[in-house]
Amino acid sequence: MLIDWTHFAPWSALAGGVLLGLASALFVLLNGRILGISGIVGGLLRPRTGDSGWRLAFVLGMLFAPGVYWLFAGATAPRIDASWGAVVAAGLLVGVGTRYGSGCTSGHGVCGLSRLSPRSLVATLAFMGAGFFTVFLVRHVLG
Amino acid sequence: MKKTLVKSRLSEFVVGLVFGLGLIVSGMTDPGKVLGFLDLAGLWDPSLAFVMGGAIAVGLFAFALAKKRTTSFLGGAMQLPTSRDIDRRLVVGSLVFGVGWGLAGFCPGPAIVSAGAGQPKAIVFVLAMLVGMWLFEVAEGRLRSTAINQAGTH
Repeated sequence: MLIDWTHFAPWSALAGGVLLGLASALFVLLNGRILGISGIVGGLLRPRTGDSGWRLAFVLGMLFAPGVYWLFAGATAPRIDASWGAVVAAGLLVGVGTRYGSGCTSGHGVCGLSRLSPRSLVATLAFMGAGFFTVFLVRHVLG
Repeated sequence: MKKTLVKSRLSEFVVGLVFGLGLIVSGMTDPGKVLGFLDLAGLWDPSLAFVMGGAIAVGLFAFALAKKRTTSFLGGAMQLPTSRDIDRRLVVGSLVFGVGWGLAGFCPGPAIVSAGAGQPKAIVFVLAMLVGMWLFEVAEGRLRSTAINQAGTH
């Protein structure tokens, strides 16, 4: 296995991870809920009285994050190589898949594993495995 | 608005902000970095394993404490998942999600944060994701109404 030393950034990864853990901790302790993005957003499409405000407040906070980061640390330079077609297909698959699987990287990956849920472990292994397989297919078989 | 409601909305906003900052600092909002982690056969970037490690290290303590409580610190009910089923929905849904994640390098959180930064591809990804989630609601709604109809005819 060859390691990509130029992009490997363990300290910022760890620091960012701690922030994600902290947010998940605050959310469950203050609001009593699992911090799962697909569930929070998906629930907006099944509106029930008094159930949308907290979801919108949370999403609004997320949307403000790039601006706040930019104020203190400057702009980021994400590498987005996927074609427009791939972006649309990926979005559809992520939308359908996370709702059928009841969670994504945050709900199953961070919160589920943190609460030692066997269900979330299976989900995490499934989406990680499918991710590894897809990238292998796209980059090394078809690419 | 009642004081407690304002407090709740404010806490949700701040937690969303902290979570978004965590996604940016960790590198999760860079699809190139995510795909670098998922590319085991190429030049592998192990960073995301450290993201998960850092998040779970904090999460373990929080959820151990959360499990012992019946109300949250703001006074609401604890709403932790009760399902323990490892079924086809869970596995197939997660596999489909993983394929989409591997195609573009975006999962829901980082895509929304990047959309907030005005990234055109992230905005299109989020719109497609919302369509996917809506298709799920439509399919589930049909299932629910046929179940009710069938229950009615028997």
